[in-house]
Amino acid sequence: MVSGARLEVRGVSHAFALEKRALPVLQEIDFVAEPGDFVALLGPSGCGKSTLLRLVAGLEPPSEGQLLVDGKPITGTDPSRTIMFQDPTLFPWRTVRGNAQLGPEARGSLAADAPRIEAALSLVGLDAFAEAYPHQLSGGMAQRASLARALVNEPRVLMLDEPLGKLDSLTRLAMQRELVALWERERFTALLVTHDVEEALLLADRVLVLSDRPARIRADIRVERPRPRRRDDPGLVALREEILALLGLAEAA
Amino acid sequence: MSATTLGAGLLAPTRPAAFWPTGWVAALAWIAAAATISLLPDADDLGRTQDLAALAAGIGGLILLAALGSSLPGLAPRLAPLRAAGPWLILLAAGLAAWELATAKYAWLPRPFFAAPQSLLEVFTDDYERLGESVWRSLLLVLPGYALGAGIGFLFGIAMGWSRLVGYWAHPVVRLIGPLPATAWLPIAFFAFSSSRGASTFLIALASFFPVTVLTWSGVSAVSRAYYDVARTMGASPWFLVRKVAVPAAMPSVFVGLFMGLGASFSVLVVAEMMGVKAGLGWYMQWAQGWAAYPNMYAALLVLALICSSAVTLLFRLRDRLLSWQKGLVRW
Repeated sequence: MVSGARLEVRGVSHAFALEKRALPVLQEIDFVAEPGDFVALLGPSGCGKSTLLRLVAGLEPPSEGQLLVDGKPITGTDPSRTIMFQDPTLFPWRTVRGNAQLGPEARGSLAADAPRIEAALSLVGLDAFAEAYPHQLSGGMAQRASLARALVNEPRVLMLDEPLGKLDSLTRLAMQRELVALWERERFTALLVTHDVEEALLLADRVLVLSDRPARIRADIRVERPRPRRRDDPGLVALREEILALLGLAEAA
Repeated sequence: MSATTLGAGLLAPTRPAAFWPTGWVAALAWIAAAATISLLPDADDLGRTQDLAALAAGIGGLILLAALGSSLPGLAPRLAPLRAAGPWLILLAAGLAAWELATAKYAWLPRPFFAAPQSLLEVFTDDYERLGESVWRSLLLVLPGYALGAGIGFLFGIAMGWSRLVGYWAHPVVRLIGPLPATAWLPIAFFAFSSSRGASTFLIALASFFPVTVLTWSGVSAVSRAYYDVARTMGASPWFLVRKVAVPAAMPSVFVGLFMGLGASFSVLVVAEMMGVKAGLGWYMQWAQGWAAYPNMYAALLVLALICSSAVTLLFRLRDRLLSWQKGLVRW
């Protein structure tokens, strides 16, 4: 089994070039995720959280600062750092299995990785739907397929870009539980982007609260509560109040 | 999934084995058309009148058998597609009868420009050799030309959609020249190529090249960036992105281009054969017109229409096979 990687984000700032004008989205982001940490990035929508994930994935280089995995700078994409997007982004012309085997196929290791593909499909409970096409899946099943596609690559850093954002609330609860179980088993380093305070507190060890764009880290909150966690845990409720206050959304006291 | 099943259920013929009134009406309509052809005297001396009547009666008989078979549980499912065509069968019989009355029986339409149906039948029975030869020669000309143009257009469209450099240089050229009808190049083509065959192949290829290029290109450009991101995070090389992401995602659009190119290729074929090539259906039509042999011209036109629509049907079958993943996403 592969364990999680140590991720260092050092003074990262990033801006988009928008018609001659630079639009800053990230400002001086600085944190370290230890191997196997579950870190939630929480902030208002459009604040630049997803951009940070793109930088960690190596899809874009940061305008300023440095990103390191196990001490080595990130220079490009790598299968050990995989993103699960908000939309399942399954390839509609491939079956569930075809989608799951995308990574091994791209790297030319299809034959060697065949057992791993089947294992990932049964892990997310889609072995019976391996030959189904994405349009035949429900939203939750599509997100599971997308998760299987990410897991096949044995990621050491798994980035979750609001992967449950578009699911109905029941599926969402079930998948939150599954994600935690998965992370407890595999112990990859997890980076979860979300704007749902409760979700961040249920899943993560650490919640980084981000400000409005350009995003800065406003607070680094440790969630030291035992698992499995309950929504009504008084410790979590207190943290929830604290975070909402930080976001300027404190419930009338 | 349940939605798919429901959709199929709605489209599938209901009540597999049952009385088929439309079929009986269609059978009677064909027999009535046969009687009209056979019993009314021709206004002029025409051959094959009784053969046409026999043909119409034969079709009526077959529909009658099908109508009988529709009531049998064993045969009913096989006859379901025919049942769907019932109203068309009636209309065709009525159309044949009206055509016969307007030309052969009462000559309401000016002759020789309007040919009687039995005259077309006569062309098929008596001139099938020359007609068959023309069909063969036309296919030999149009198929390689179409395949060549479509193949190059496909590759070129991918290159335009993928490479910024190719797109930069090719875009204005395609925009400017693409809308021109390929036949406008006729004089240049016949000048540049020593043989009329080479010139026509070039023009036919040109006709399929532009739509396939433009639609492949737009298909590739429209591929969502998210697909590329997903593949890239998993270690995909640029070549993999082209082959396994850009091309499959663009296929639905490519097929629209192939379909449009097919029509364009056939129209260029006819023009090319009328202008320079001394064989094929276009030439046959030109030749028939020269002799005022209008039935021959119409017969060739009918054959051409059948070939075109068969080619389109084949293309759609291929598309449905390759793009079966689209079921439920798009219908067109």
